[in-house]
Formats: sequence, structure tokens, C-alpha cells
Amino acid sequence: MIEIKELHKKFGKLEVLKNVNLSCSKQECIALIGPNGCGKTTLIKAVLGMVIPDRGLIEFDGKTTFRQFKYRENIGYMPQIGRYPDYMTIAQIIDMIKKIRNSNTPLDEDLYHAFELEKMQNKQMRTLSGGTTQKVSAVLAFLFNPDVLILDEPTAGLDPLASEILKEKIIREKEKGKLILITSHLLSELDDLVTEIIFMQEGQVVFHKKVDQLQTETKENKISKAIAKILREQRDEQVN
Amino acid sequence: MNRLIKIILLDILKNKIVLAYAIILGILSWSSFALEDNSAKGILTILNVILFTVPLVSVLFSTIYIYNSSEFIELLLGQPIRRSKIWISLFLSLSISMVLAFFVGAGIPLLINSPDAVGLMMITTGCMISVIFVALAFLSSILTRDKAKGIGISIMTWLYFALLFDGIVLFLLFQCAEYPIENAMVGITALSPIDLARILILLHLDVSAMMGYTGAIFKDFFGTSVGLVISFLLLFLWAAIPFMLSLRKFRRKDL
Repeated sequence: MIEIKELHKKFGKLEVLKNVNLSCSKQECIALIGPNGCGKTTLIKAVLGMVIPDRGLIEFDGKTTFRQFKYRENIGYMPQIGRYPDYMTIAQIIDMIKKIRNSNTPLDEDLYHAFELEKMQNKQMRTLSGGTTQKVSAVLAFLFNPDVLILDEPTAGLDPLASEILKEKIIREKEKGKLILITSHLLSELDDLVTEIIFMQEGQVVFHKKVDQLQTETKENKISKAIAKILREQRDEQVN
Repeated sequence: MNRLIKIILLDILKNKIVLAYAIILGILSWSSFALEDNSAKGILTILNVILFTVPLVSVLFSTIYIYNSSEFIELLLGQPIRRSKIWISLFLSLSISMVLAFFVGAGIPLLINSPDAVGLMMITTGCMISVIFVALAFLSSILTRDKAKGIGISIMTWLYFALLFDGIVLFLLFQCAEYPIENAMVGITALSPIDLARILILLHLDVSAMMGYTGAIFKDFFGTSVGLVISFLLLFLWAAIPFMLSLRKFRRKDL
């Protein structure tokens, strides 16, 4: 579904992405993990066309995304920090996006109701807490039933109840056969969600493996422990 | 495209500043006509007011509006919309609202009090000046991410075209008074849209008879229809080139 080939990106002198090659297929829930500043968000933004790569190719459904925009109809994006026009209300924002999309697909308003946003639909965005803003971002990402969901730190800032609602929603969408790409630091949260893991470090993909493969290789059940084990082995190799 | 323009236009018009701008222009125009006993003098007063305020408001309001739209732009980028469409829609909406405010504020009194070629010329150049300075605002706001710096560049641009440029021209004129620079002066006016607009209008007023030899040379050029077409073309380029440059930059920008 999404193919990334030899992707390079520099911000000034800083190399954020170094030769990234990835292939993500449908019906997978992929976790994109790695330390802060390893290029996760840049990679996601490159897929969305918000960051223009210096070199390399990104294909969506076999077609290049360079200078294209139509493919974004099939992507729901939830940013890490959603920034919205200050003086618009929740209802106005959702309305505006609906108008801009002008799509005929049935809308998916599950999250809107589950988060009980109708109660505060007339609140302006600048008055909202970080968590509520995240809820709005989540609603917008799922609203148009996209084939691909890209969620950047979806549960950061959400209260336990809301993050549970979101997780259940993600699982339901995964079962519908969608591709879901999640970045997160909370590895424990990913256990019951993800099927594949991409680990990035300093702008490079360290590995891209299925979760069960990872578990058998490291003989650990928890993703967090498996990753920690791999990292430890890596460090030991470097020391030797 | 239209949906997007409609959304942005409504948002701009909701902003009371555009309304206030139109009212202030209205007060200035009506009072200049009321104070002067003939409409030609009134037009001269309005000309100076317009060439001072219209660029300032257009460039400042647009710059600040673009910076304040950064969240809106970010939100739209995740949606299936062409990048250039976002930028062009913003430009068109800002231009439409500035032209609209100018037309309501200054255009209507001009049409009523001076319904002749000069009045029409004034309205057209005023609209073009509005669009030109919106375009310059787009260029200065894409140059830097820093809002304060961007607004600073805008103010500098306005200061340069409204005040400094005239000073430089005057200085040159006195320094080179002994040389036949009249023809060169025609070329130099093309370097500032405000001066271009001013000369275009002045030459349609009777006062141009008092401008001496340089005035005669100007009349020779701007008075002909070829000169008129060229100067409008230049004004058009003053709007198109800055905007195109900003569009090119916007399409390659990382957001």
C-alpha cells in the first residue's frame, strides 16, 4: 500500500532521514518506534506530502505521491500536536473539513459521539485542553473512513478512558482490513494492537519485523521487553 | 477552489478590521470632496491619502493574516487539496476583500463626485495597488517563519515604496540635474508601483501642466495609449511576480 524507497531528507545540515526503505501493506497495524528526534514524524509528514524529501520515492497504491494530492483522500492523519484556527469552534472545524472534502462516503462519527464532543461543540479551539484537541484530531482522522490511518502519538495527552475508546476504535478499524501506522513511546500500550514493528534510530530504519517473529527471536512476550533486549544486544556488539 | 475561497473570504470579512478600513477610507474620501471646492482638488487630496494608506493596510493586514492562518494551512495540508490551491485561494480571498473594501470606501464617493476618466483611473489603480501589496505581503511572509521578522519586512517594504523611493529619486534628480535624465526618469518610475500609479493619475489631471519639462516627457510617454498599456502591464507584473515567487517557495516548503 505504501512503499518508501531510498528516502533522504535534510533540514539544513541535519540529516533527518537517511536512506529509508519501507514497505507497508494492508491489514497491518504497524508501530513506528524510536527515540525522540529519530525522524518518525518527518517520515510521516513526508508520506503526507507536508515535508518534501530531498531524494527518494514514496508510492501510495503503486503511484508516486510526489506533487499529488488525490491520494490523501484515503489517508486519515492525526497529528502529534493538532494546531487549529483559534477562533473556530469544534463544530465549525468539522463542518469546514466536511465542506472541503465534499465526499460522498458515509461519515464515521463513532468517535465524535464516544468522546461526547457534541456537548462542547460550540467551544472555540483556543479554549480547549490539550486532550480535547487530541480528541478533535482523532475524530477528523477517522471521519471519512480512510483506508490508511496515520496516527502520530495518538494516546499522548488523552485520559485513560479516552485512550481506551481510541484503542478499541483502532482495533475495530484494523479488523476491517485497513492499514494503520502508529508512532508511540508507550510500548506497553501497543501490545494488543500492533502486528508489525518498525524501529528507527538516527534517521535510519534499524529493523522492520512482524511482532510474532520478534517474540520468537527474543523469546519475550512483551514488545517492550523484546525491544529492550534487542537494544541491549546492539549496544553490547558496539562495545565489543 | 470556490469552496475554499468562500470559507476564507467569510473568515476575513468576519474580521471587523476590513470593515473599519472601508469606513475610514469612506470618511477620508467624502471629507476631501466636501472640503475642496472643486472635484479636481478633491481628487488630488484623495490621491495622496490613498497612495499612503491603501498600500500600508493591504500589506500589513495580509501579512498578519497569513501568519495567523498557519494553523489553517497545516490543517488543510493533510486533506486532499493541491498545495498551490491553498496558497492561491488565500491570495484571491485577501485580494478580493482588500479590493472590495477599497471600492466601498473610496470607489463609491469617487464615482459619485468625479464620474469621469480620472475617477475611473483612480479606482483601477487603487484596486491594483491593493492587489500588488497583498502580493508583496505573500512574498515577505513566505521568506521567514518568524512572525515579527515577516511583519518587519512588510513594513520595510511599505516604507521603501511610500517614502524612501521618492527620496532617492529626488536625490538623483538634484545630483544629476545637469544631465538630460528625463527619459531615464520614466524608466525609474517603473521601479515603484506607487510612483507609477501616482504619475498615471497626475497626468490625467490638469495640474500636470505645471510639472515643467519632465512633466512634458512623462506626458509624452504615459499620455499615449501605448504608454498607458505598458504602465498597466507593469502594475500587473508588480502583483504577479511577487506572488509567483511566493507560490514557488510555498510549494517546496516543509510544514
